[in-house]
Amino acid sequence: MTLINEVLGVFLATLRDVAPIVVVIVFFQLAIIRRPFSHLKNLIVGMSYVILGITFFLVGLDKALFPLGTVMAEQLTSAEFINPSTDQSISIAWQDYMWVYIFAACIGFATTLAEPSLIAVAIKASQISAGAINAWYLRLSVSFGVAFGIALGTYRIVTGTELYLYIIAGYIVVIIQTMFAPKLIIGLAYDSGGVTTSTVTVPLVTALGIGLATSIPGRNPLLDGFGLIAFASLFPIIAVLSYAQLTDWLMHRADKKSTKQGD
Amino acid sequence: MFNIKNKFIRQLLGSFTDLLPIFAVIFVFQIFVLQQPVPNVGDIAVGTAFVVLGLTLFIQGLEKSLFPIGENMAYAFAKKGSLFWLLVFAFALGFGTTAAEPALIAVADEAARIASDGGMIEKTDDAKLSYALGLRFTVAASVGFAILIGVLRIIRGWPLHYLIIPGYIGVVIMTFFAPDEIIGIAYDSGGVTTSTITVPLVTALGVGLASAIQGRNPMTDGFGLIAFASLTPMIFVMAYGMVI
Repeated sequence: MTLINEVLGVFLATLRDVAPIVVVIVFFQLAIIRRPFSHLKNLIVGMSYVILGITFFLVGLDKALFPLGTVMAEQLTSAEFINPSTDQSISIAWQDYMWVYIFAACIGFATTLAEPSLIAVAIKASQISAGAINAWYLRLSVSFGVAFGIALGTYRIVTGTELYLYIIAGYIVVIIQTMFAPKLIIGLAYDSGGVTTSTVTVPLVTALGIGLATSIPGRNPLLDGFGLIAFASLFPIIAVLSYAQLTDWLMHRADKKSTKQGD
Repeated sequence: MFNIKNKFIRQLLGSFTDLLPIFAVIFVFQIFVLQQPVPNVGDIAVGTAFVVLGLTLFIQGLEKSLFPIGENMAYAFAKKGSLFWLLVFAFALGFGTTAAEPALIAVADEAARIASDGGMIEKTDDAKLSYALGLRFTVAASVGFAILIGVLRIIRGWPLHYLIIPGYIGVVIMTFFAPDEIIGIAYDSGGVTTSTITVPLVTALGVGLASAIQGRNPMTDGFGLIAFASLTPMIFVMAYGMVI
């Protein structure tokens, strides 16, 4: 019975989230565009799929993943796990947190691969590029970007360096890459920064950040616990641009080779 | 491998493989690193089945509803030729989807707590509530503004990075003036504004507009709306932190 209640609760919450979107769309369609919806039945069926899909997705995550994932994040960052023998007064070296970085990278990679908004954008990109952009490779590069970003973000929390230094350095890399990357990919690359962090990634990553900032002496969880999401939105841009540059470069090299052989 | 004709079953299998890495990570760390048994195996099995089913339904529904809605409205607005109403729609869509976003509500409450602990606002529930509400509407307005600018860019055909790079510079400049307490939240707020429903809808809108308008390429011009929506909240939230 509790499961049914839970599903119902999440379903109502999802409906509430969707309501403003539906209101905006229906108002503009009927009052401004002044045309009935085409394929209305299809839209309603599709929308119910979306709402039901999100409901099941969230209930499932809550049952299967979040409890275990957040407890793990807390345990991996706890002082007992990191520093079982030495006393608290000895300052902590960043190397002691190796498992945290590895966990951060793995969980960032894995959750991004399952992120529904990223799947949606990857499908769209592969459709309009007529398959030139492979949806799977795009998702892989974004996931690598998030993995690296979150690992670096946890390192920042451990060492206590300023957040903005990393972000500004990241921006500079993005700007330089933008000058050299193929023009077709730029919009998609910038977008992929924003889509990585939603339903699956945010709760687990937040638990990791807060847990880490709580267990390290001298860190304020409210101040230092934040910032991981920013890393997870910045590094995918760099990763996707790099992926495009790499494929571009490989293609050029292959072209050169084939023209050479043709001589 | 099996040759499966049924699209739904194929998608179910696809969703399952999408989720496999998460469970691999969790189990490996639980058993080998933390060296503890996996608790509540029953719950995990039921939950996994739900997640797989949910992801499958979502992707099926995407192609039936969110993508066509976004694209059809883009075509209808392009045909109607009213820039004013298109921009109003863009703002309303960004504002409406963000104001009620649960992730944003959580972040805003957190920010209010930090602000009251830091002595920036009074330590009363009323002050916190109004601070959080103000922050939410600030972010919602910034996302509305972002989609508006992004749509205008697609229509005018401005290169995306001409707007994004000044945006980055804006973020950097604001960072030096905003109070320290707000910076982490501001940076994070860029990532949390775009929900699972907004992203496909807004992407389809951008791509649809770029396909409907002559001389625009859906690939170079159609993307970028989400990028704006993750950039402007950072600037607006830091501004909010400076003003309050």
